Amino acid sequence: MESTAHAFKSNVGHALADPNLQDSLAKLKVGFSERRRQAAERLPEFEALRDRARDIKNHTLAHLDFYLEEFERKVIALGGKVHWAPTAADARRIIADLCKSVNARTVAKSKSMVAEEIALNEHLEALGIAPVETDLGEYIIQLRNEPPSHIIAPAVHLTKDQVADTFLEHHAKLGFDKRLTERNDLVAEARYVLRQKFLDADVGLTGANFLVAETGSSMLVTNEGNADLSNTLPRMHIVLASIEKVIPTLEDAAVLLRVLARSATGQESSAYTTLNTGPKKREDLDGPEQYHVVLLDNGRSSVLGTEMQEILRCIRCGACMNHCPVYGAVGGHAYGWVYPGPMGAVLTPQLVGVEEASNLPNASTFCGRCESVCPVRIPLPKLMRHWREREFEKHLTPKAVRQGLAMWSFLARRPALYRRLTAVANRVLALFGRADGRYSTLPLAGGWTRFRDFPAPQPGGTFHARWAARRKS
Amino acid sequence: MSSSPANPSTRPRRVALFVTCLVDLFRPSVGFAAVKLLEDAGCTVDVPALQVCCGQPAYNSGDRATTRAIALQVIDAFEGYDAVVAPSGSCGGMLSHHYPGLFDDDPASKARAENLAGRSYELMSFLVDVLGVKKVAARYDGAVTYHDSCSGLRELGVKQQPRGLLGSVQGLALNEMKTPEVCCGFGGTFCVKYPEISNAMVAEKTADIAATGAGTLLAGDLGCLMNMAGKLQREGSAVQVRHVAEVLAGMGDLPAIGEPERG
Repeated sequence: MESTAHAFKSNVGHALADPNLQDSLAKLKVGFSERRRQAAERLPEFEALRDRARDIKNHTLAHLDFYLEEFERKVIALGGKVHWAPTAADARRIIADLCKSVNARTVAKSKSMVAEEIALNEHLEALGIAPVETDLGEYIIQLRNEPPSHIIAPAVHLTKDQVADTFLEHHAKLGFDKRLTERNDLVAEARYVLRQKFLDADVGLTGANFLVAETGSSMLVTNEGNADLSNTLPRMHIVLASIEKVIPTLEDAAVLLRVLARSATGQESSAYTTLNTGPKKREDLDGPEQYHVVLLDNGRSSVLGTEMQEILRCIRCGACMNHCPVYGAVGGHAYGWVYPGPMGAVLTPQLVGVEEASNLPNASTFCGRCESVCPVRIPLPKLMRHWREREFEKHLTPKAVRQGLAMWSFLARRPALYRRLTAVANRVLALFGRADGRYSTLPLAGGWTRFRDFPAPQPGGTFHARWAARRKS
Repeated sequence: MSSSPANPSTRPRRVALFVTCLVDLFRPSVGFAAVKLLEDAGCTVDVPALQVCCGQPAYNSGDRATTRAIALQVIDAFEGYDAVVAPSGSCGGMLSHHYPGLFDDDPASKARAENLAGRSYELMSFLVDVLGVKKVAARYDGAVTYHDSCSGLRELGVKQQPRGLLGSVQGLALNEMKTPEVCCGFGGTFCVKYPEISNAMVAEKTADIAATGAGTLLAGDLGCLMNMAGKLQREGSAVQVRHVAEVLAGMGDLPAIGEPERG
């Protein structure tokens, strides 16, 4: 999808002024974090599992070439095929060629953030192939022609009323001309409409939560079972996954699954966990005739061996955004691209360029809540700081910030001068703040005083001046 | 500056106060409260004159070279003390958790940074975890609520220590917020670089504070306190905002943050 990450600040303005979005975010902030907390508390070994999950991903990343080739070998042995896609354009071309090879007219898609990353839907539509999103949230936003705002809850920015309006608008022509108000009725209507689309689809396209090297399986978790229909009914199953999704063994998958659902939704496990291991075998009752795995790099291999490598541990649970106060204030669309929240603030500059996404790693208070809940212990604030360092080196840091910083650091390195200047500043500020104890406006501090008063210094001089006086007496 | 002679007790006695720039400039009483709490606990407190700032503004803006220069200056200024204590989780965390990583390519400086890191503490954690202080002799009448500043909580594990000490203050009752551990939106330069987001965050915080019914808000970091005080006062709230050290040191009768001198 087209990035609007460069327009982060104006995106934020829209987000803060959108009452429906703010309504939805208020619910998200409480719900997800509370459910995760309870799930973590119920499992005594949860913290130890997070360590193991981190170690599994670290080990895999250290031997990524080995495990990817092992995975490919297994897939081929099962009768499937692996396609290597260095770039998004390569992945789009490979998938389009596969669709054309079976004269596909519709593709049933289960939710895939990597498909969003390579803007697959737009590409298929341009070729006259209709992609149908089958995850309920993705289906809703596809009808509304919107990008997802969350990596596991793509329509989390919408209220139930907005969904009701969307369904009425798009389903009326199918005979559903009553505006529904109950959650369950909305779900039932979507199920009914989608069922026929599964049956019509020529190709099923899914993402993957994990690719298991020892078995050649792709593993997918959902709560709706839509992935299972996407990959069993059509003749061809295409798995689209990025290279860091590979893990060594099923045993490793078991560890990661135990932290994934708990971190994401607070469930012990997602409702459906599906392993796809090659195409339909002779003795199988159903399954696809063709099984293809498209492995996307799209800049990831260039992260290996750098200070940013740890972001490749990410298992896309969404816990970092669920606990992020910045995400909670502005939602996912403000980030301007596929991956929002803290993990997006680290990954997006890598994938779309730091010039385009320079705001994202800066729009954080470094409160550290993301790192404290990350199931694979990615030090997200540290990685965001690395981006800020790269921006500073590339002179992307705004001029006002650089100048302020230069002046401040000049003084901070000259304690005696700093002391004399702050003593004066303190006295002047205290004098003007004497009547109210605070200022409602302050020169050069408009960003603060637009929304807050600024406390005046206590009268009587700086701490150091008073301490020196006390020592003398 | 020579290090103190071997102490018969294992408790660090010769303590240097890292004042922090905000306390120095805006609220010196927090520094004096810290000195009193440390002296009451049997420490000798010194305030090295060559200190300015821990370097966070540069560090969090990506200016690593300046951060390193400032860190070396701080390391020099605080050499030889048994302990370095800051009335701030974020400045304390900078010294104890972030300095060593600045010198991965300079083993000599890294060793010095690690030495400082091993002696650096946030005030509440130092009083309770290191000195074993369990109660204070102070009185503060009314209900307070306590905000957990992010670095103190998540980098240094400061959570129960201030609450335990507040429990010994006569007349004081603690009303907890729903989410005391959620960031107030200060974030150093964040609050002026992204004022709208910061405002949304602090507005949520002040609503949480108001819902407790407490007449006083306490926390252990002056930056967060100034942000929350500024928002509360802009909203017309009567909640008084103070640094936890002030209340624990019996200095709770001073005008609160952003309040004028009386009389």
